[in-house]
Amino acid sequence: MALKKVKGNIERMFDKNLTDLVRGIRNNKENEAKYITQCMEDIKQELRQDNLTVKGNAIAKLTYLQMLGYDISWAGFNVIEVMSSNKFTLKRTGYLAASQSFHCDSELLMLTTNMIRKELNSQNQYDAGLALTSLSCYISTDLARDLSQDILTLLSSTKPYIRKKAVLMMYKVFLKYPEALRPAFPKLKEKLEDPDPGVQSAAVNVICELARKNPKNYLSLAPVFFKLMTTKTNNWMLIKIIKLFGALTPLEPRLGKKLIEPLTNLIHSTSAMSLLYECINTVIAVLISISSGMPNHAASIQLCVQKLRILIEDSDQNLKYLGLLAMSKILKTHPKSVQAHKDLILQCLEDKDESIRLRALDLLYGMVSKKNLMEIVKKLMVHMDKAEGTIYRDELLAKIVLICSQNNYQFITNFEWYLTVLVELAQMEFGSKQGHVIAAQLIDVSIRVQAIRSFAVAEMAQLLEFYASNSQFSIMQDVLYSAAWLCGEFASELKEPEASLIAMLKYKSLPPHIEIVFIQNILKLYACCLMKYELAQDYDKICGMYEVTQRKLENSLKSPEIEVQERASSTLMILEVVHCEVMAKKGVKTEQIMEDFDLPIDAEVDKGETVAMQLLNLFNGDLNPVAPKAQKKVPIPEGLDLDSFIEEPDFGENEYSSDSDYEIKGNLFVKDSNERNSKPELTEEEKVKIREARKNEQMNNPHYLKSSNKKYEDIPVAELQLDVPLKVLSKRSDKYLKFDNGAKKSRKNKRSKKHKVESSTDDDNELVNKTLMVNQNLELPEGATLSDSEGSVGNPDDPHRALDIDLDLPGLDEKKLADSPQPESNKIKSKKKKHNKIKKDKSVAAAAAAAKQPGDDGENKKKMKKSKDKKEKTKKKKSKELSNEYEEALGISTPSKEFP
Amino acid sequence: MQFMLLFSRQGKLRLQKWYNAHPDKLKKKITRELITTILTRKPKMCSFLEWRDLKIVYKRYASLYFCCAIEQNDNELLTLEIIHRYVELLDKYFGSVCELDIIFNFEKAYFILDELLLGGEIQETSKKTVLKAIASQDLLQEEETPQGFFEDHGLG
Repeated sequence: MALKKVKGNIERMFDKNLTDLVRGIRNNKENEAKYITQCMEDIKQELRQDNLTVKGNAIAKLTYLQMLGYDISWAGFNVIEVMSSNKFTLKRTGYLAASQSFHCDSELLMLTTNMIRKELNSQNQYDAGLALTSLSCYISTDLARDLSQDILTLLSSTKPYIRKKAVLMMYKVFLKYPEALRPAFPKLKEKLEDPDPGVQSAAVNVICELARKNPKNYLSLAPVFFKLMTTKTNNWMLIKIIKLFGALTPLEPRLGKKLIEPLTNLIHSTSAMSLLYECINTVIAVLISISSGMPNHAASIQLCVQKLRILIEDSDQNLKYLGLLAMSKILKTHPKSVQAHKDLILQCLEDKDESIRLRALDLLYGMVSKKNLMEIVKKLMVHMDKAEGTIYRDELLAKIVLICSQNNYQFITNFEWYLTVLVELAQMEFGSKQGHVIAAQLIDVSIRVQAIRSFAVAEMAQLLEFYASNSQFSIMQDVLYSAAWLCGEFASELKEPEASLIAMLKYKSLPPHIEIVFIQNILKLYACCLMKYELAQDYDKICGMYEVTQRKLENSLKSPEIEVQERASSTLMILEVVHCEVMAKKGVKTEQIMEDFDLPIDAEVDKGETVAMQLLNLFNGDLNPVAPKAQKKVPIPEGLDLDSFIEEPDFGENEYSSDSDYEIKGNLFVKDSNERNSKPELTEEEKVKIREARKNEQMNNPHYLKSSNKKYEDIPVAELQLDVPLKVLSKRSDKYLKFDNGAKKSRKNKRSKKHKVESSTDDDNELVNKTLMVNQNLELPEGATLSDSEGSVGNPDDPHRALDIDLDLPGLDEKKLADSPQPESNKIKSKKKKHNKIKKDKSVAAAAAAAKQPGDDGENKKKMKKSKDKKEKTKKKKSKELSNEYEEALGISTPSKEFP
Repeated sequence: MQFMLLFSRQGKLRLQKWYNAHPDKLKKKITRELITTILTRKPKMCSFLEWRDLKIVYKRYASLYFCCAIEQNDNELLTLEIIHRYVELLDKYFGSVCELDIIFNFEKAYFILDELLLGGEIQETSKKTVLKAIASQDLLQEEETPQGFFEDHGLG
């Protein structure tokens, strides 16, 4: 037996240790996976041995493999074994493995409670330190509850090394077990005055983190922190304190006034950029929170902006980035101070670093004015051309639209220019996802600015004519959507509706949601043309138009998309009915003419009598812009309960069939139909068609290597006979800029510099004035106004809202918390904490009242009973004392005492 | 701080420390995403990026990238200082540290980090104190080894 043991041990001496493993992995780069599988087998073998040193070696190797991404959760029990060793070396390995691989939901953690408690109380400070460090990574609610008392005791340890770790650990405990905060807080507060700077700094850290999440309860500590701030020089700590003040000032403006001076002093004196940056941020927060009644408030802002300018001008990209970031905070409240540095910000737009350009873009919306809008947008357009990377381009595009459309197009003096810019953006073909933004803008501007409609429609008609549907980028397709819609809706503004109709009929294989719009608007245009021809009694053209349109719609009927089919078929029916009617009328008329030659042809055609008029009536009525909140404001009719089932779902039968079953069924069905439809029915003809389509696509694909250059000539764009060449077209918006400048410089030149608009100078002025009128009447449901308070539909992300809990209904809140999965977001936690604290405040008061009138326990006390566990109850007397002391210190209502 | 990652220019992870518990799958996803994002950034770009609802602060030292995730209103420059402090500590401990030191002594790298940060908060700002703590723990280990060696191997 003993021999066997010795033999086993000697074999083991040849085991790989961690270094061998790492070396082995590095030497087996080709078949790393295979090598590691082999190692895993070895490790499993080693873990089966009794010797803890062997196990420790195995666990060390596993920890390394874990980092490489291998699952080692199966070895959890072995990790615990190694942790329980009384050798420091093994403990170190074990606890490291635990902190890397344990998860706070793991059931194994139950096994560790007593072991960790033993370590915490160990004589060796490094044992306790090890346990604390490791625990901080995987502490669970249970562990937090069971160990909070032990950790709390460590706060009074004689060794600063332990105190420091325990203080930081308490924060993790609070997050998992909020009930611990109240009894622990007085001790934690004491640590702010700890003789050891490390402990002190740790305490500042913890309280700062707590206060940031829930500042209200920490206002009373302001004097302590104020003293620390003015006396200490440790930058690490100062930053935390200043951050803490940044969280407190919104609640107590007087604190802000007091802070300005020391903060500005620090800004002047410090050489540490991180501290400077923190000070500036807090000063900004302070200035935002206090009203403008401050005497030297302008000076402070000026100082911040100046310092930020230095940061932005620095060659360090990091400082530049942060400077711009802080500027954007100032911009919200003090736009004027930032505008003074417009030059700098525009300069940052040229920076090599994309992240800096993005930050500068954020600031840009505050920089524009009526005067410089065109210039800035022109710059951005140049960037659009140069920029590589879709993300940046998308951002640019979004920003251009944002700065132009802000405040109801406040800064736009010339809407023709803006429309041209939009069209140009659409023509920049790249894989942008922002097409819908442009489309929405085109529609919005055209609807709201009446004077621009005819120009817009003309532009759109041009777009429709020049762009074939082979454009592969979605951006243009989205714009086609709005082009089609605008041409249809405002067909009366079109000079040549026939041309647009023909252009729209040409498009093939559009995405379904766009095809739908095309079909609908083809009908509108048809109606418009019909009216024109009917008045002219040009029946040949009517027939021609009917045939072409019919052909197109019949094509659309074949679409796989059901919505397209439906629209096409109903439109087709309308068309047929209308055509029959027209033809019938024509018959009558020719009869009349045959009978009576004296009648002049055009005399009897009356607009009201035409068939086209009846068709046009389908599309009657003005379109008004709808307010963004309109949908939300529609009142729910009485008696309508949105939450009740229309039909009770039948849970009984479906209980056993899981969702995945349904999915499989669904997929099977789809697959089935696809196979039936597509595969077997490929005739020779279709194959040829597909081949042609593919060739066509390849030819138009710029990324596809073409066999010969000649084919370029086949691309339809080159064949177009344009009045204005396309290249010039793309720079059209510049003309407005020149025009604008020209107008400023000399009024005489105006006429010659004008392009396109063939009207006199006076007309032009009029036009400009007219175009400035943006329709601001937004449609809302009756009785609702835009400024209506939003009620419960407000912004759910607003932190202040989240903290605004009706504390008279604790049960409700508790239930909510119980429903939510174990707290992951700090917000929920802090809510709970606060809630608990205040609840306890109440319960203490209730307890005091109960002492006088036994039997008259308030509701609060009952609730408290439920939530507090037994341990807490035994400590009640103690905690009452503590809380009294705490309450006294709270004094939220009288902070002015401290800040005269 | 939410987590800290160390990875090489080749995208190999060298160290990971998570201060909030996440499932392994998510950790891997985050790691992969961040490594690719950061490696594609050009050297002259600034060290910060906005990522989901977090801010990422990273810095490259020789062939190693140090990458930290912090919350929205945390101080980026302070985080850079923490990274720098950690590098200084590694440098002092190993004596002009290189990537191989961290590969072969990865557990030491973790121990040093654990003395610098606890639960994502800065724990000790004094380099001396950190190194002293590490040294005395190493000493504890060394004291154990010789007497335990034969015993451990069943020969004592």
